[in-house]
Amino acid sequence: MKQIALKHLRAVRWFHWINFPLLAIMIWTGLWIYWANDVYRIGWGDLTLLHFFPDSFYNLTHTDHKLAQGMAWHFVVMWAFILNGIAYIAYTIISGEWRKLVPGRHALRDAIYVTLYDLHLRKELPAQGKYNAAQQISYTAISVMGLGSFITGLAIWRYVQFSWLATLLGGYPAARMEHFMLTIGYVLFFFVHVAQVVKAGWNNGRSMITGYEVVETPEVRS
Amino acid sequence: MKDPADFDMSRRTRRSLLTGGIAAAAGAGLWAWIANSPSEEGIPRALRRGLQVNEKLSRGIFNGKRLAPEFPLDQAVKKVRVNEDIGMSDDVDRATWKVKIEGADGHPASVEVPLAKIKSLPHAEHVTELKCVEGWSQIVHWGGARFADLAKEFPPPPDTQYVAMETPDGEYYVGLDLESALQPQTLLVYEMTGEPITEEHGAPLRLCIPTKYGIKNIKQIGTIRYTNERPKDYWAERGYDWYAGL
Repeated sequence: MKQIALKHLRAVRWFHWINFPLLAIMIWTGLWIYWANDVYRIGWGDLTLLHFFPDSFYNLTHTDHKLAQGMAWHFVVMWAFILNGIAYIAYTIISGEWRKLVPGRHALRDAIYVTLYDLHLRKELPAQGKYNAAQQISYTAISVMGLGSFITGLAIWRYVQFSWLATLLGGYPAARMEHFMLTIGYVLFFFVHVAQVVKAGWNNGRSMITGYEVVETPEVRS
Repeated sequence: MKDPADFDMSRRTRRSLLTGGIAAAAGAGLWAWIANSPSEEGIPRALRRGLQVNEKLSRGIFNGKRLAPEFPLDQAVKKVRVNEDIGMSDDVDRATWKVKIEGADGHPASVEVPLAKIKSLPHAEHVTELKCVEGWSQIVHWGGARFADLAKEFPPPPDTQYVAMETPDGEYYVGLDLESALQPQTLLVYEMTGEPITEEHGAPLRLCIPTKYGIKNIKQIGTIRYTNERPKDYWAERGYDWYAGL
C-alpha cells in the first residue's frame, strides 16, 4: 500500500533552501574578491596543472574588476549566511536530528561500500538509517566546512581582532588559502550532491521540497 | 484511479512549490532592491549602509587599542611591493619637507611642522603584516614616530572623532577614526626595512596603520587635520569600505 511519510522537517527544508542562494552569493562575490589576487594553483615548482583561474574563466563569467563590489556584498550577505548556518546547527542539535546525521563508528567502512555500490562494484548496500554512511559523512562535513569558512573568514575580515585565530590557522595568508579551499570544496560538493539527487529520483528529491515521500508499506493482514 | 497517497503528494507538492516560489521571488526582490538602490560612492546604497553597520558593530564590540601581531625581524621582506603612486609628486623638496597640521588644540588653525620635529619624537619600529584589499600581504619592517606621540605635542581638541591626511597636492587622501590613529602601532614612517624610506614608498613621510588595510597607509603626507566631519577618503569614494578596519 502506498503511503506518504514525513522525511525532512520543515525547518530543515527552510535552512537548506535559504542556505543555497546565500552560499551561491558568497561564492560568487568571493570570486570577485579573489580575482584581485588570484594566486592559487595546483602544481609543483614551474609546473602548473591547474591555475585558479585562467583569464578566460573571468571573461566568461564577468567576475573581473569587481573587487570593491565583491567586498561590499560579501561583508553584508555574510551575516545572513552565518545566522542561517548557526540556526541550522542549533536546530539539528536541539531537535536530536544530529543523531541521524553524525557518522557512527563504522561510517567510513560503510561509506566506502556505498560508494562501491554507486560505482556498480558492489551488489548490496550496507544497513542504514535515514541517511547512509556516505551521506552522513558528507552532510556533517559540509556543516563543519561552513564553520570553517566562518572561522577562516573571521580571521581574514578582522585580522587584528582575531589574530589568535589567524595564528591558529597558520597566519593570514594561510587563512585566506583555507577560506578558498573550502569554497572549492562547496563547489565539488554541489556537483556530487546534485548528481546523487538526480540519481535518487524525484520521490526523494521532492521530499526536500514538500517534506514528504511516497513509501510502499506492506499490507497489514488480519 | 489515482492512488490517494499520490493525490495527497501532488497536493503537497503544489503547495510547497507555491510557497517556495513566493519565497524565491521575495529573495530575488530583496537582491534586486539592494543591487538597484542608488549608488553611493561606487556601491549600492544598501551595501554602503551595511558596511557602516559593520563599522559601528566593530567599533562597538572590538578593542580599538588591540595590537596587530608583530613578527621576528628576519621574517620581514627585503623588497617591499610598490602598489600605488596616486598623489605622489617628484617636484617636492624632501629636505625642507613640512607637514601641515590643522585643528590642533592650543595651536594656530594651521601649523607647518618640519620633518626634523617629527624625527625628534621617540623612535618606534615594528614588524607587522601589511594587508592589501586585493588580498596579498607582506611582512614589513617599519620605523618612525608614533602618531600618538605627535598627537601629544599637537593634541586633537576634546571629542575629536576623525583625522584626515592628504598628499600635498590633495590628490590622495584618507580618513581615519581618531581611535585607530592613536593606536600605538600607527606610525609616521620615515624608515622601511631599516633604511630611510625610498621615494616610491612615500618619502619623506608616510603612514603605517596595521589595524587598517593598505589603502589607508598614505604616502607623502602633506596635511594632517583633526575634524569632526567624516573625512573624505580616496578609495571609499571608489566603492571600498571607509572604515577598512582589520
